[in-house]
Amino acid sequence: MTINGSCQQTKLLAALYLAQEQFGWLSPEAIQRVSARLNIPPGQVMSSASFYTLFKLKPQGTNVIQVCEGLSCFLVGGAEPLIEYLSSKLRIQPGETSADGLFTLEVVQCLAACGSAPAIRVNDDLYENMTLESIDDLIELLKKGGY
Amino acid sequence: MINRVLSETGVVFQPVLTKNINLEGSERIQVYLDSGGYLAAKKALAMEPAEVVNQVKRSGLRGRGGAGFPTGVKWGFMPGDASHQKVIVVNTDEGEPGTFKDREIVEQDPHQVIEGVLIAAYAVGASRAYVYIRGEFFLGVKRWIKAIADAYEFGFLGENILGSGFSLDMSVHRGAGAYICGEETAMLESLEGKRGTPRLKPPYPATKGLFGLPTLVQNIETLACIPHIIRLGPEWFAKIGTDESTGPKIFSVSGNVRNPGNFELPMGTPLREIIDVYAGGVPGGKKIKAVIPGGVSTPILPARALDVRMCFEDLAAAGSALGTGAIIVIDETHCMVEVARRVSKFFAHESCGFCTPCRIGSRRIFEILSRMENGAGRPGDIELLLELAEGIDGHTFCPMGSALVNPVRSAIKHFREEFEHHLTHKTCLVPKITEWEKEL
Repeated sequence: MTINGSCQQTKLLAALYLAQEQFGWLSPEAIQRVSARLNIPPGQVMSSASFYTLFKLKPQGTNVIQVCEGLSCFLVGGAEPLIEYLSSKLRIQPGETSADGLFTLEVVQCLAACGSAPAIRVNDDLYENMTLESIDDLIELLKKGGY
Repeated sequence: MINRVLSETGVVFQPVLTKNINLEGSERIQVYLDSGGYLAAKKALAMEPAEVVNQVKRSGLRGRGGAGFPTGVKWGFMPGDASHQKVIVVNTDEGEPGTFKDREIVEQDPHQVIEGVLIAAYAVGASRAYVYIRGEFFLGVKRWIKAIADAYEFGFLGENILGSGFSLDMSVHRGAGAYICGEETAMLESLEGKRGTPRLKPPYPATKGLFGLPTLVQNIETLACIPHIIRLGPEWFAKIGTDESTGPKIFSVSGNVRNPGNFELPMGTPLREIIDVYAGGVPGGKKIKAVIPGGVSTPILPARALDVRMCFEDLAAAGSALGTGAIIVIDETHCMVEVARRVSKFFAHESCGFCTPCRIGSRRIFEILSRMENGAGRPGDIELLLELAEGIDGHTFCPMGSALVNPVRSAIKHFREEFEHHLTHKTCLVPKITEWEKEL
């Protein structure tokens, strides 16, 4: 489909996902690569990349932990207690990556798991009905390299 | 998992949209075929496209994504001439806090939706379908790629479907984390690889949508209704629910209830029945303070207003909206300033930044509610919030502006004393949840 010359641009999100998988994050090099492959100016690539929260413009830990702070997670006592617990356990603030590069902690909006709140997401997997104990188990598992 | 409970009256509603969801391997095409899947598509492809549109009109089906626009009427807006290529976009960018019904359908029963899309595409003459799935729904994306491949293999997609001469191609497009892309024109921008900023309407997508082509954008739950309407007839569908809100609806219930989850029930089921009977009521003997009936962009209802049926017309009359049918129950231990603050943080984070009233306004509302919550509120802050709401509502490209002021205005309207208490006493009228728990 080549209407309005939109053919290349329409591949951009998929290309950014691929680049992120290969490079680990959308480094300037990755942005350049996508730009060259799709023949879209780097500024335009960056414009889209910077809009979406799943595109990472800085290096990420091996495991990206996203804690939901949506209303339903908050109402059942999740959100802040989980964030604070993870923050002290991993010794990082939300948005930071641990020194060993194993974990990145993120606070996110609704994960569409309100019926099984509190919810967190690790890499591409959803974990529901979280407690401090189940977080301990999960972190141990992730440290061993599997989950 | 979808929870199914007997109603108090002993009348069991037979689930329609979620009937297969608890079956082993419900996402697989064979399971769907064994349950009578794709028979509706065969039936529809033997009908005139105009008759399919007519049946959907007669069913009374209204969009399940939030706005509640009559689906058949929307299909009628698509140009009838065959000279244009036409497109269907399946909206699965579920992100409205409190809503988790679409994720269930995406992951557990993709073929029901593929069949719905096939029928819709045939009815409006679309030859290309894009399924826009929220980026976080990784399992859903994986299952859809497989489901679409299977549908091609079984001849439900591709060239000359079931010998009808009708052809349809379908592909999955993964979103990348932006609530605003659930707005239909923002979704089109995102599909084109751009930033997801809504377009000025008109032109509406039916005239000029994806790549400038006539486009039908439809929520996934709406499309899931289509095969059932064709199979069992529009009259059957219209008999479920109320006069103005027909058919089954998946209600997501979360917050302070014993048994949160998705419940498929007839439109018009009383809100109180859903909370008390299906979701098991509030735990710990606490009382309900407020309920958000349709996701956080719908106005908050106080406890005294809960005797309302969950349908478009009754919730509008009650000063709120059905939205996505996502019911969030808030018990008496929660401060409404904090509830409003949290919701406003969501909107401040998710504003695409294009329209100034929404970009700046959402941020200012969040800041003011934060300082109130933290005991640093200033005299006149309540009036300032209402003034900001006035300046945002209706002054943006997309409905997000109105959405973000709804919870703030309704919280002030029904719980003004809590806001005033925060200004005069610098603290919550109710003990904070942590303090409350310590007392127990």
